[in-house]
Amino acid sequence: MTAVLPPSPEPDEASGSGLAQPPVLAERGSDGDRSRTGGLFRRGGRGGRGDRAKDDAGASVWRLAFRRLRRNPVAIIGAVIVAIFLVVAIAAPWLAPYAGDATPGRDLIRPTAIPGPSAEFPLGLDRFGGDVLSKLIWGARASLIIGVASTLIGLVGGLLLGLLAGSFGGWVDSGVMRLVDLMLAVPSLLLAVSIAAVAGQRPFAVILAIGVVQIPIFARLLRGSMLAQKGQDYVLAARSLGLSRGTVTMSHVLPNSLGPVIVQATLVLATAVIEAAALSFLGLGGGRPTTAEWGRMLTQAQNELAIAPQLAIYPGLCISITALGFTLLGESMREALDPRSRKG
Amino acid sequence: MLIVRRLAQLVPTLIGLTILLFFWVRALPGGPAVALLGERATPEAVADINRLYGFDRPLLEQYFTYVGRLLQGDFGTSIRTRRPVLEEFIDRFPATLELSLAALLFAVVVAIPLGYVAARRRGTIVDHTSVVVSLIGVTVPVFFLAFILKYVFAVKLGWFATTGRASVDINATNPTNLYVLDGLLTGELDASWDAILHLVLPAIALGSIPLAIIARMTRASVMEVQGADYVRTARAKGLRPGRLRNRVILRNAMLPVATTIGLQVGLLLSGAVLTETVFSFPGIGSFLYQAISSSDYPVLQGFILAIAIVYALVNLLVDISYGLIDPRMRARS
Repeated sequence: MTAVLPPSPEPDEASGSGLAQPPVLAERGSDGDRSRTGGLFRRGGRGGRGDRAKDDAGASVWRLAFRRLRRNPVAIIGAVIVAIFLVVAIAAPWLAPYAGDATPGRDLIRPTAIPGPSAEFPLGLDRFGGDVLSKLIWGARASLIIGVASTLIGLVGGLLLGLLAGSFGGWVDSGVMRLVDLMLAVPSLLLAVSIAAVAGQRPFAVILAIGVVQIPIFARLLRGSMLAQKGQDYVLAARSLGLSRGTVTMSHVLPNSLGPVIVQATLVLATAVIEAAALSFLGLGGGRPTTAEWGRMLTQAQNELAIAPQLAIYPGLCISITALGFTLLGESMREALDPRSRKG
Repeated sequence: MLIVRRLAQLVPTLIGLTILLFFWVRALPGGPAVALLGERATPEAVADINRLYGFDRPLLEQYFTYVGRLLQGDFGTSIRTRRPVLEEFIDRFPATLELSLAALLFAVVVAIPLGYVAARRRGTIVDHTSVVVSLIGVTVPVFFLAFILKYVFAVKLGWFATTGRASVDINATNPTNLYVLDGLLTGELDASWDAILHLVLPAIALGSIPLAIIARMTRASVMEVQGADYVRTARAKGLRPGRLRNRVILRNAMLPVATTIGLQVGLLLSGAVLTETVFSFPGIGSFLYQAISSSDYPVLQGFILAIAIVYALVNLLVDISYGLIDPRMRARS
């Protein structure tokens, strides 16, 4: 579901104009021109030549990417959204007034009327008398667990397959790639549905389904990235120094191929939040109707659309905003790691 | 030649899929017989089903029986409706086809001009709008958007229909089962109009994802092309702006966009399950939803295979159509 979005050039323009961002201007200081040529010599003033070389080696792609991220307003917005989401998800037990599946207001519910916001329940109640605010907070935790766990499954599975294909080549490569093609031959949601059906009606089914669906994407990405690295001169140099193929693959090719994979993992977190909601909308993953999970709340709200449309709006917005945060962060990271946009 | 070669490439994928789907049913909780009978099946009934369907035979034999049936067009029988799965699929496919085409039409008609203007007028309000639209399409769940559209424009404002494909009082003949087209063919324009009123909201909801992706792609592609040397040359030689736009920039920029449009079919089929369910639109998507809710596994198994075949054929069509758009592809094949 994650879109392949071409990089947009906003951050360079923004830092180029400089005026809008005083901190950048200050940081750039006297060696502003040199920093523009690649940012490698930003710390040049502090040490001798040897230090500088060491910095370059260590700073590498990652530190440079981080510097670019820090200057990109889009990345900041994404990071702030993600940070808020993480804090709410982790601190849910302390933030939420009630337990996720509690129904403190069940005596106030009438068949034709669901009370809106009040002093006690700031966002109102749901059909079962649950406090909507508490459920949204606990829902963040559910989303975080589903997102992280399924991304890990996709990442680990994809890394294993990608590593297998990318380092052995030959018939192993074609075998793995056929398997990947096979998984991509079925639309992603249907693949997820069939996996969830096998895993049964339990929350783990959703995690497994979303994770497995991501495997082919990670595998392809890593394989492509590794193949591109393998053709580089440094690999040839390492090999000619007598390092074994395995050592070169694991300690040089793999780390250098991880950039796109990490970007993808960030984007998959967005996808996972949306897909989890979709699967729960389709009635997969078990749980009770009162379970505090955004997708389930949205599904439940469908029945009350006529009398309480706000019940759909809240979880829908939570899903969208969280997905937006991870998407903005992921896209900015893609941009920051892209050698073509490395101007400063 | 290309067509034959591509069709041949489909064969291993389809064989692989039948193997996966074959084992999938056997991996379901409780095994295939329980999947057919439901979880409360008595052991006797399970044994009967196992004998009747041959689930007690060797796996290899069972697989070949399954493939043999598929080749004869037997995709199994729905537990819920007791009708052949393939018949159910063929009955409902035109509805989903009509919806997907409408969604794609909406997406293309909005996204290409939006992406084009955004690229030509960088940093303007249109450009920012295109970025926001792209983000909405990628981050707002399809069924949430469908909810909102349905609530605002159908329930509150009453401009469009809330559910289904046609109003009950419309009694039109349907030679193709594409309702909008049928109305035009038979001259029953009120039926066409009614079908359009039912189609608009689901099409917008479903079209939101491809809209976002196509707009992003168009913007990036036009931006790349307009900086190319041949565009500068054309401009320097005094080509009229209109001709420059249509013959030089758009035609070159549309190649990657066409690829992207082709890639949207899978997303449309996934999204159709959700959109059709919200609008009770009687296509393969809402039928799949009902199959999931009632554990109608033969339908799931058959529909997934049928959808994968459709998906593969559409991709084939897309590949072939590149030859028509890009002369370089024709020369290569």
